[in-house]
Amino acid sequence: MTEQRNATPAAEVFKKQSQAKEIWRRFKKNRGAVIGLILLSAILLIIIFADLIVPYEQATVQDMSQKLATPSPEHWFGMDSYGRDLFARVIHGGRTSLSIALLATLSSCVVGSALGAVAGYFGGWVDNLIMRSLDIFMSVPDILFTMAVVFALGANFTNLLIALTLAYFTNYVRLVRSQVLNLSEQDYVEAARAGGAGSARIIISHILPNAIGVIIVNTTLNVAKIILYESTLSFLGLGMPPPSPEWGLILSEAREFMRRAPHMMLFPAMAIVLSACSVNLIGDGLRDALDPHLKS
Amino acid sequence: MHKYIIKRLLFLIPTILGVAFIIFFVLNLTPGNPGRAILGTSAPQADVDQLNEELGYNLPLLQKYVNYIRKVAVEQDFGTSYFTKQGVFDEVWPRFMITMRLACVGIVLSTLIGVPLGILAAVKQYSPLDTIPSLISFLLAAIPAFVLGMVLLFLFSLKLNLLPSYGLNSWQSYIMPALTISIPTAAINLRFTKSSMLESIRQDFVRTARAKGASERVVIWKHALKNALLPVVTNIGLNLGGLIAGSVVAEQLFSVPGVGSLIVDRIKYKDEPVIIAGTVLIAVCFTIIMLLVDLIYAYIDPRIRAKYASTKG
Repeated sequence: MTEQRNATPAAEVFKKQSQAKEIWRRFKKNRGAVIGLILLSAILLIIIFADLIVPYEQATVQDMSQKLATPSPEHWFGMDSYGRDLFARVIHGGRTSLSIALLATLSSCVVGSALGAVAGYFGGWVDNLIMRSLDIFMSVPDILFTMAVVFALGANFTNLLIALTLAYFTNYVRLVRSQVLNLSEQDYVEAARAGGAGSARIIISHILPNAIGVIIVNTTLNVAKIILYESTLSFLGLGMPPPSPEWGLILSEAREFMRRAPHMMLFPAMAIVLSACSVNLIGDGLRDALDPHLKS
Repeated sequence: MHKYIIKRLLFLIPTILGVAFIIFFVLNLTPGNPGRAILGTSAPQADVDQLNEELGYNLPLLQKYVNYIRKVAVEQDFGTSYFTKQGVFDEVWPRFMITMRLACVGIVLSTLIGVPLGILAAVKQYSPLDTIPSLISFLLAAIPAFVLGMVLLFLFSLKLNLLPSYGLNSWQSYIMPALTISIPTAAINLRFTKSSMLESIRQDFVRTARAKGASERVVIWKHALKNALLPVVTNIGLNLGGLIAGSVVAEQLFSVPGVGSLIVDRIKYKDEPVIIAGTVLIAVCFTIIMLLVDLIYAYIDPRIRAKYASTKG
C-alpha cells in the first residue's frame, strides 16, 4: 500500500488519465474482481449474440413429444413442461432479466442521485420536504410497493422498470445527499461559487465528479440486488408475462415439476447466481480499488 | 427521553396516513372498476354504474381516501372483498398473524445465526472460522430466497422425505419456510456484524483496555462487543423489510396461508379492498417495529440517552 501512496503525487500531473490507470492497476491485482469481470463479460457476450447462438424461435416453439426431456446433445439444458428448449429459454431469458436489471439500476441511480443532490445542495425546506417524504416512502416494504405498482399498471417490461426504479432509488437519495453535504463544505466549491458558477454547474461539474466513486460502487452492487429482486417478482407472477422467456418465470414453472425434472430448476438458477456473483465480485473489487484506505 | 418517545410516536400518525395514501393512490391507477369486478362481465352496464355510485367509486381520489380512512378508523370497517364477499378484516387478520409469526421466527433465527458468526469471524480474522462463513455469506448474497427455498424443498421434502412440503400444521413444517427467510438475512447480519466488530476492535479504547492489562476475553466481550452491537441492533430492524419480502416468497413456495400469499393470489382477481388492507397492515406494522428499534437503540446507547437527558428532554 505504501508504494501506491507515494505514486499519488506524480499521478496528479496527468490527473484524468492516470487516475483511471491507477484504479485499473489496483483492480487488476484483485483476483476475485478479475474473475468476476471475465465471467460477466462472457455472460453479456452470450446474451448480446444470443440470436447467433440459438434463434429466438427455439425458445418458444413447443414439442410436446419431448416434454420434460433431460439434457441431451441436441438440447443441452433439456426441455421444459411445454417441450421448449431450455438452453434457448435460459439464454434469451437472460436478455430480458439482465436488460431490466441494468436499465432499472441506471434509472434508479439517475432519479435518486438527482433528488439527493438537490436535497443536499439546497438544504432548508427543500431538503426537509424530500427527506420527510422519503421517510414515509421507505416505511412501505419494497416488495409490497412493487407488488402494488405492478398490480396497478399491469405486468410488462416498462412497468417492471418503473416498479424496480421506485424500489431502489431511495438508497441513492441518502447516499448522494450525504456526499453532497460533505463536499459543499470544501474550499474548491466555495471557490467555484465565488467565481460565479451557478448551482446546477456546481452540482454537476464540481460536486458530483467527486462523489462518483461511491456512486459507482453502490450502483454495481445494486445491479446484483436488482437481478435477484427482478427474478423474485417474476417467480411470484408479477414479472414478464408468459410465454416470454425469463429466469424467474422458468423457475416458477419448474416448481411444479421439481420431482420429475429437477434440471428445469438447475440451469436458470445457476444463471441467476452466476450473474449476481460476478457483479458482486466486480463491485467489491471496485470498492477496494477506488478507496484503498478502506482496505488496510 | 419521554419527549423524544412522544415526538416519535406522533410522527407515526403522518407516516401511517402517508403510507396508506401512497398505496391507495397507486392502486387507484388500476384499470377497471369494482362494479364490474363484483357483478361480472355479463352484468348490464346500468347495474355496474349504479353499484359504482353506491360504493363511492366515482368520487374524487382524495375524497375516497378520506372516506376510507374514516371508515377504517371510526367504524373499524375495512370493506368487503370483491372476490369472496366477506368482511376484509376477518379475511386478512388471521393470515396477517401467520405472516407475523413466521417473520418473528425469521428475525430470531437470522440474529442467532448471523450475529455470533459475525463476531467470531471478526475475532478470528483470516482463520477458517472467518473465511468459510464469509465465503458462504458471499455466495448467499447472490442466491434469491425463492431459489434457496426450492433447493430446501427439493432436498428435504422430495429426496429425503424428512419435512412436510406445505402448510403450517406442525413444528416441522415451520423449519423450511423459516430457514428460507432467515438464511439470506443471517448472511447480511454476518457481514454487518463482522465489519462493525472489526471497526470496534481497532478503536483506541480497545487499545487502552489491552494496555491496562485486561484479559483478551474482557477486551473482546466487554469493551469491543458492546460498542459493535449498537449498529447491529439497528440493522436487525432494517432486516425486517427483507424478512417480509422473504415471507411473501416462502408463503407462495410452501403454501403457507399468510397475508403475503393472500395478496399475491388476489392480485389475479383485482380484489382491491383485500390488497389495500393487507398492504397497509404490513406497512403499519413495519413502521411500528422500525420505531421500536429506534427507541431500543436510543435506550441502550448511553450517548443518545445522555443527549436527551441533558437537554431536559
